Amino acid sequence: MSLGKLIERLIQLIPVLLGVSLIVFVMMTLTPGDPVQIMIGDQAVTPEQEAAMRRDLGLDRPIVERFFVFLGNAVTGDFGTSFYHKRPVSEVIAERLPATIELSLVALIVALLTSIPLGVLAAIRKNSIFDRIATVGSLLGVSLPGFWFGILLLMLFAVHLHLLPVSGRIGYSAEIEPITHLLLIDTLLRGRFDAFLDALSHIILPAITLGLPMTAILMRVTRTSMLEVLRQDYVTFAEAKGLSRRRVIFRHALKNALIPTVSVAAIETGSLLGGNMIVETVFGWPGLGRLVVESIFLRNYPLVQAAVLFYAITYVLLNFVADILYTVLNPRVKL
Amino acid sequence: MNAPLLSVTDLRTVFDTRAGRVCAVDGVNVEVRRGECLGVVGESGSGKSVTFASVMGLVRSPGRIDGGAIIFDGRDLRTLTPQQMRKVRGRDIAMTMQDALTALNPALTVGEQIGEVLEAHDETLPSSRGARNAAIRERSVEMLSLVGIPSAESRLRQYPHEFSGGMRQRIMIAIALACRPKLLIADEPTTALDVTIQAQVLELITDIRAKLGMSVVLITHDLGVVTEHCDRVMVMYAGQVVEEGPVREVIGSPSHPYTKGLLGSIPRLALRGQKIKPIEGQVPDLIDLPAQCRFYSRCTLRQDVCKSLISMREATPGHSARCVLVGKDRP
Repeated sequence: MSLGKLIERLIQLIPVLLGVSLIVFVMMTLTPGDPVQIMIGDQAVTPEQEAAMRRDLGLDRPIVERFFVFLGNAVTGDFGTSFYHKRPVSEVIAERLPATIELSLVALIVALLTSIPLGVLAAIRKNSIFDRIATVGSLLGVSLPGFWFGILLLMLFAVHLHLLPVSGRIGYSAEIEPITHLLLIDTLLRGRFDAFLDALSHIILPAITLGLPMTAILMRVTRTSMLEVLRQDYVTFAEAKGLSRRRVIFRHALKNALIPTVSVAAIETGSLLGGNMIVETVFGWPGLGRLVVESIFLRNYPLVQAAVLFYAITYVLLNFVADILYTVLNPRVKL
Repeated sequence: MNAPLLSVTDLRTVFDTRAGRVCAVDGVNVEVRRGECLGVVGESGSGKSVTFASVMGLVRSPGRIDGGAIIFDGRDLRTLTPQQMRKVRGRDIAMTMQDALTALNPALTVGEQIGEVLEAHDETLPSSRGARNAAIRERSVEMLSLVGIPSAESRLRQYPHEFSGGMRQRIMIAIALACRPKLLIADEPTTALDVTIQAQVLELITDIRAKLGMSVVLITHDLGVVTEHCDRVMVMYAGQVVEEGPVREVIGSPSHPYTKGLLGSIPRLALRGQKIKPIEGQVPDLIDLPAQCRFYSRCTLRQDVCKSLISMREATPGHSARCVLVGKDRP
């Protein structure tokens, strides 16, 4: 991986971000509803007061001018002030981001740790009972809507069995001083094992709900590519060498079979961002996804724009990471 | 000591498919003596590869061995457990495949692919991690040098795609020979190579055979290769052995009409101007074969008696063929 390629990628990011900004800007403006009216609610205000509010938010200017003002500020790292919080948007997002990163990471880990072994097992036991159950399971996993599956989990584990909490990220009793802002890590770094378990119990259900479609898809991809790879001559040759079955499957077959899995995993990680909005809302998870949903309802333009830009950057970077992983697994490809 | 290294008797390997049971190998006997090179010829689908995949215990589902004995070095391989069989594969019997490009794992370095065979089988390796790795490395370099790969030391870190076709073939041979097997099964070692490289690879196998004193089974459909490199030859047709014997006899005075047909269909410069005579007709479908000579439908010399089961008949000592005409006056 050369520095030139890295810079090339970053330059490619520019048109993507410009396009995304424009689309979000236009869509937010076209959405019915007026932020000023929403803020006023049913309070009594004079037209002069309303005009003043509109002027304060910069909404009295023509839309084209607003777009370029936004772009000009965004380049300098200023994404404006949140209408609702009256604080810089970047500050509000930064507060909510760690919760979302933590949830996504756990969902990703859960998905990878379950889908790959299940996919391999389904492939080497092709057409067995296990394979059939896994096939039906993955079909369900892809097709169950996240909000519905999340509520089912909540009803079972939180409402009926009282095993896990209903919502939130950690109990009130477990306040800890942040270090990385990822609670699962901070609690351990602070030596608060009780708080770690508390945070863990909060994250399990949302992480499973968020990771479920990804688990299902990655399992199918792993199974399919594993079946393909197991037919290859190099697997027969590895067997002819008298290697252990474990080595043939995991070292010879899986390393090749993972190549498509990794590409799909990176793309699906991007889709976790979208899933976050639903899952965070269902589980009352104080992350960026829920903030964006709330902001859309409040027509909080600056925050939505900044958040979507952030999503776009993350998405492009994830694809970049996928490319790097691809070269690690597949020595025939050089970036 | 005079017992053959490998002795396969009455081997049957079948594939249960939706269309019916395919009997890919039907009552095949093979004998490989110590130090000799046996050529196995036959067209695609004649059962030559499946026969030796059966010997290696590498027949894939839906195929399975349905009967017969495979005695290797005094042990019946069919009675071994999967673990015991793994110890035989790669150590006592090694195999090379037709195309090294697909047989070498694209995602692993050449060094790892040689080293893992030694790791799996070599009991003389030191037990401490560091010394073990150093020994494996040394042996790997030695094997690559043996098959003529220059600057082997640095090439261990490279991947198969970084080598030429001929070199890949040599690497595959190096892997197969790493544990000094008693028997090498070379399945069409030259089909994927161009002619000049073909000769080099065959020379290499013949050379190493002499050096290590191992036996070689050379599966091919090139009769020229057989003439030049083998001691004995076995001709297969539709899952059966139809002729076998010393190369000079089988090629010089073939007894089975199929072998004659094969030899007649080779283009020769000396016979320029004459038409090549192909064998008319098709290989029979291996599902539900009638109990008669398998070559019946294509044979120009067929008689009514050929409509019954034909067994191998000896033409001269050590040379036999599955044809009623053997031993009788030639028509």
